Amino acid sequence: MSSRPQSAADSLSSSSSTSFTSSTSSTPFVTSVLTILSKEIRTELRTRELLVTTAAFALTVVFMFSFSFDPTSAESRRYGPGLLWIAFLFAGTLMLEPAFLREQANDTLSALRLSPIPPTAILLGKTLSNFLFLAITEALLIPVFAVFYNVSVLPVLPGIALVCLLGTIGIVVPGTIFSAVTAHARMRELLLPLLLLPILTPILIAATEATAAFLSDPPEWPAMALKLLAGADIIFLTAACLLFDSLLEE
Amino acid sequence: MTTPTTPAISPGAGAAVLSASASGLGIEYTNVEKRYGAVRALRPTSLTIAPGEFVALLGHNGSGKTTLLRLTAHLARPTAGTIQFHGPAGPESASAARRRLGVVAHATMLYDDLTADENLQLFARLYAIPDPAAAITARLAAAGLLERRADLVRTFSRGMRQRLTLARALLHNPGLLLFDEPTTGLDPAGSGWLARELSRLHHSGCTILMSTHQGGEVTALATRTITLESGRVVRDSSSAAIPGCAPSSSFPGASA
Repeated sequence: MSSRPQSAADSLSSSSSTSFTSSTSSTPFVTSVLTILSKEIRTELRTRELLVTTAAFALTVVFMFSFSFDPTSAESRRYGPGLLWIAFLFAGTLMLEPAFLREQANDTLSALRLSPIPPTAILLGKTLSNFLFLAITEALLIPVFAVFYNVSVLPVLPGIALVCLLGTIGIVVPGTIFSAVTAHARMRELLLPLLLLPILTPILIAATEATAAFLSDPPEWPAMALKLLAGADIIFLTAACLLFDSLLEE
Repeated sequence: MTTPTTPAISPGAGAAVLSASASGLGIEYTNVEKRYGAVRALRPTSLTIAPGEFVALLGHNGSGKTTLLRLTAHLARPTAGTIQFHGPAGPESASAARRRLGVVAHATMLYDDLTADENLQLFARLYAIPDPAAAITARLAAAGLLERRADLVRTFSRGMRQRLTLARALLHNPGLLLFDEPTTGLDPAGSGWLARELSRLHHSGCTILMSTHQGGEVTALATRTITLESGRVVRDSSSAAIPGCAPSSSFPGASA
């Protein structure tokens, strides 16, 4: 009897007859990102932890603000965009915190890091899922906002969608990074908003201005605010891709 | 049953010895040190582990066992020193070695809200395993979990989780397996099962590095024991050297 009768792959059980000698090949980057994304979506669909709580919270914020003053159309156009983006921001902060916290329970982040995929794939997979969940929350919130604040959103929907796209990227990219940073920290519930909100101030201002411009009568094209949002998104994405590997290190 | 033919550590064997196994990975630590601020988790350590060796890392909590395993798995970066892997074709880069690394830790590294099948599918995709369906079925069958493949991991017992953890770690046919306190939380039957699996893996030529702070059936399988204390190697059963043992000096050219 040979001392090495079978490969390591076959050794879990002597009854296993399948042999896997050439174990792996290179994992395409896009496949890795989509694999992480699909895992996040599957987990969320099964647990419904993030979407339900975040959407309920954001709807409550918009609902409560609508009772704090009697919004006429003019007042809504003036204050509404700010309230809307504060609700998005709070919802995003609430949603982003568990992004990496979920990986803590069984140290699954280590399993992802051990796999032969670039850390950027983990980041992008997580960021895309956060983007998707926050976008769904926003899609639920905007019609409610239009009804409660007596604002006609439909004619300017493409413009609002563009602002939401750029603004949401601006929230989820640094949010996902800080979620990874604070996942190991004590008082992380406090730490994440403390780190995140100051960085998101330019996003909040630009997104509010752009939304207000689209909702004004007549609607205006907020070129400067959109440029600022796009620029911030590019900077956040570049910094995130460059820093993520070392952030995961310890 | 024959005893495993662990390549002997002999002076002058060089890289050829490190690459002796067709499937196992050899490891060479050269003055590897890890500090966390002022805390020296691992003092400068030089060791050589030959392909196919089954090494038990012994020591109390905080002795540096887990730190050494995390450094080996590239989950932490050494403060100083280098870790070199050697495959059948000679030295391997860190990324190439990572493809051939399997880790079983105290934490299961499994997603509780996914089924056993979904967990293995996830890692099969990440490792780009050819014919993942067949590989997953074989692994689940070997772990005795085929009938529970569609059940959420959160419904599994500790022993079942540990079997699935081993199935996940072996899915990509690793040449080096790192075990961090694998028997923690297992009952005697579970520990016995793990001991049998470790014995099979060892016979297959896989290099095994296992940390434990207790003896027993599993530790008895090891062909070499390295004892750590306060981040320092204080005993290496294969070299009989006490502190500062540096068997790497007996592998000229291995650090190329």
